[in-house]
Amino acid sequence: MHLLKLILRNTLRHKLRTLLTVLGLLVAILSFGLLQTVVDAWYSGAKAAAPDRLITRNSVSLVVPLPVHYRDKIRGVDGVRSVAAANWFAGVYQEPKNFFPQFAIDAVPYLAMYPEYRIPDDQLYDFMRDRKGAVIGRKLANTYGFKLGDVVPLKGTIFAGNWEFVVRAIYDGAAPTTDTSQFFFHWDYLNESMRVRAPQRASQVGVFVVQVSDVARAAEISKAIDTQFGNSAAETLTETEQAFQIGFVKQTEAIVIAIRIVSFVVIFIILAVMANTMAMTARERMSEYATLKALGFGPGFLGSLILGESLAIASMGAALGVALTFPVADWFAAQMGTLFPVFKISTNTLWLQVACAVVVGVAAAVLPAWRATQVRIVDGLRAAG
Amino acid sequence: MSQIAAVEIRHLVKSYKRGGQVVPVLEDISLDIPAGDFVALMGPSGSGKSTLLNMIAGIDRPDSGELRVSGTDIMTLSEAELADWRARNVGFIFQFYNLMPVLTAFENVELPLLLTGLPARERREHVDMALKMVGLADRVEHYPSELSGGQQQRVAIARAIITDPAILVADEPTGDLDRASAEDILALMDRMNSELGKTIIMVTHDPFAAKRARTVKHLEKGVLAD
Repeated sequence: MHLLKLILRNTLRHKLRTLLTVLGLLVAILSFGLLQTVVDAWYSGAKAAAPDRLITRNSVSLVVPLPVHYRDKIRGVDGVRSVAAANWFAGVYQEPKNFFPQFAIDAVPYLAMYPEYRIPDDQLYDFMRDRKGAVIGRKLANTYGFKLGDVVPLKGTIFAGNWEFVVRAIYDGAAPTTDTSQFFFHWDYLNESMRVRAPQRASQVGVFVVQVSDVARAAEISKAIDTQFGNSAAETLTETEQAFQIGFVKQTEAIVIAIRIVSFVVIFIILAVMANTMAMTARERMSEYATLKALGFGPGFLGSLILGESLAIASMGAALGVALTFPVADWFAAQMGTLFPVFKISTNTLWLQVACAVVVGVAAAVLPAWRATQVRIVDGLRAAG
Repeated sequence: MSQIAAVEIRHLVKSYKRGGQVVPVLEDISLDIPAGDFVALMGPSGSGKSTLLNMIAGIDRPDSGELRVSGTDIMTLSEAELADWRARNVGFIFQFYNLMPVLTAFENVELPLLLTGLPARERREHVDMALKMVGLADRVEHYPSELSGGQQQRVAIARAIITDPAILVADEPTGDLDRASAEDILALMDRMNSELGKTIIMVTHDPFAAKRARTVKHLEKGVLAD
C-alpha cells in the first residue's frame, strides 16, 4: 500500500514531464492501433472468405477473361454445388476518387452463395425484376447517400461508356466484419450491353465463384475443374476464396509490411523517449534511493518503485490511447469512405496495444532500476549535494 | 554512562581507487566508543571522518581491520543482512535531511517502521510520539517543502529514532542550518543522548557543535590525532 502511494506520488511529482510522456505514449499507442487496423482491413477480404467457396479464373492473369460457357462445364464437375459468373466493373461514380467495388454477377446463384449479405425479401424481388437494378451495401449507401430507387450513373473504364443502374436493394452484413461497401448488378445486363457496344467482348467472364458441397474436397474439386480446361485456349486456375483474396493482398504486400514496420517503429521511438524520462527521473532521485537503502530498504523495493512509476505512466498512456483509438478509427474510416470496406479494431489489436504499453513500461524501467539497486549508498548520498 | 563499547574498531584501513591510483583514506584506525557516548568526529575536509562514520553506520565497507558495532561484526554481513542490521540498529541524520519530498512529515517518520511489520495502529502511536518528542506534533501532515530547514532536520531526527536504534550517526547535522536552528537541533540531539541513552556519533566542522559532544576525536589525513 505504501509502495503504491509512493509510486503514485512520484508519478505525479513532475506533472508536466509526466503529462508530456503520457501524451507521447497516447499518440504512439493510438498510431499503433490505427496502423494495425489498416493492416487488418487489408486482410479483411481474406478473413471474410468462406471455406466452401472457390474462385476460378484464367491461369494467365486475372485480367484475362474466361468464356461464359465454362459455367456449365464447371457446374458438371463432381462436388460442385453452384456456380456464378462475376466481372469486375471498375466504373467511376462522378469522380475517380469515389472508389467502391462494383461487380456484375449471376444474381441468383451468387447471392445464394453469400448468405452474409442480408437483403430484405421485397427488395431482392425488386432487384431480380429490374434488368438495370443494383444491390448495394449499407456502408456504400450511407457514404454516398444512395436510397432505394436512386439512379446511379457510372462511367465505365474496363467496359467503356456511360452506364446507369437503379438501386433496388440495400444489404446489411451478417457480422460487423462483413463488407457492405460493394455494388452488384446483373451480369446479363452487362453482357447484353456488351453485345451491342463491343460484341467481341461479350460472353466473357472475369471469374467464376464456385460453391462446393464438401469443404474437405475443395482441393480435389479445384484440381478437377482446372484439369477439365487443361490444354485449352483459356486454362483455369481454381483456388479457395481465401487464397484468392490473399493473392490480391500479396500484390501490395510491400505496403502492408511497411505499415507493420512503421507501427513498431512508432513503439520503439516512444520506448526511447520513455526510457530517457525514466533514466532522468532515476538520476534525479538517486540520493532518495540511497537514503532508502541506508534506512534498510532492499533492491526489490527500489526496483518496484521505478518499475511501478514507469508502468503507471505507460498504463495512463495506454488507457488513453486505446480509448481514443475507437473514435479516431471511426473518423478515419469515414474519411477513407469505401476504400477500406471493413475498418474494425480487432480484439487482437487491443491486446497488442496493451502488450506494447507493458513492454515499453518494463523496458524503460530496467536500466534505471538496475542502476538504482546497484548504486553504493555513499555515492548516492553524495548526489544529494 | 555505561562503559560497554557500542563501537569497537581495530586497525581499520580504507582506501579508494581514483584513476588507477590508490588513495588511502583511513590508516590503521583503532577506536572504542562506549555505549551512550556522544562523540564528535572533527577534522579538515578529506581527513576521512565521513568515511569512518559511513563504515560505523554500515553503509560503506573497510578494506581491512575489525569493526564491531553493537556487538555485531558487521564486516561479515552480506548486503541484505547489513541492510536489515542498519534498519534495526542505526538511525541516520544527514546534513541535507534527506526526507522524501512526496511524503508528509508523518509518512517520512513512519518509513523505517514499514520494515518492522508493526501494525498500522502501533506505527501511528510511535510516529505521533516521535514527532511530539521533536516538537512537531502540529506538523504531521506537512510536506518537507512546507517546513523550515530546522523543522526538516527535526523530522529527520524523529525518523532516526523511530525504530529505537542504539546508535545515531549524524553527518554535519547543523551544516545547512542557521545558528538558532543549529542550536535547537544540537539541544535535541543532546536530549536523545542524555534522556534516551542513544550513542551519538557526529561528524562536524563546527567547533560550536562539537562542544555539545562529550568526546571529541580529531582525524588528520586518515589518522586519529588524539
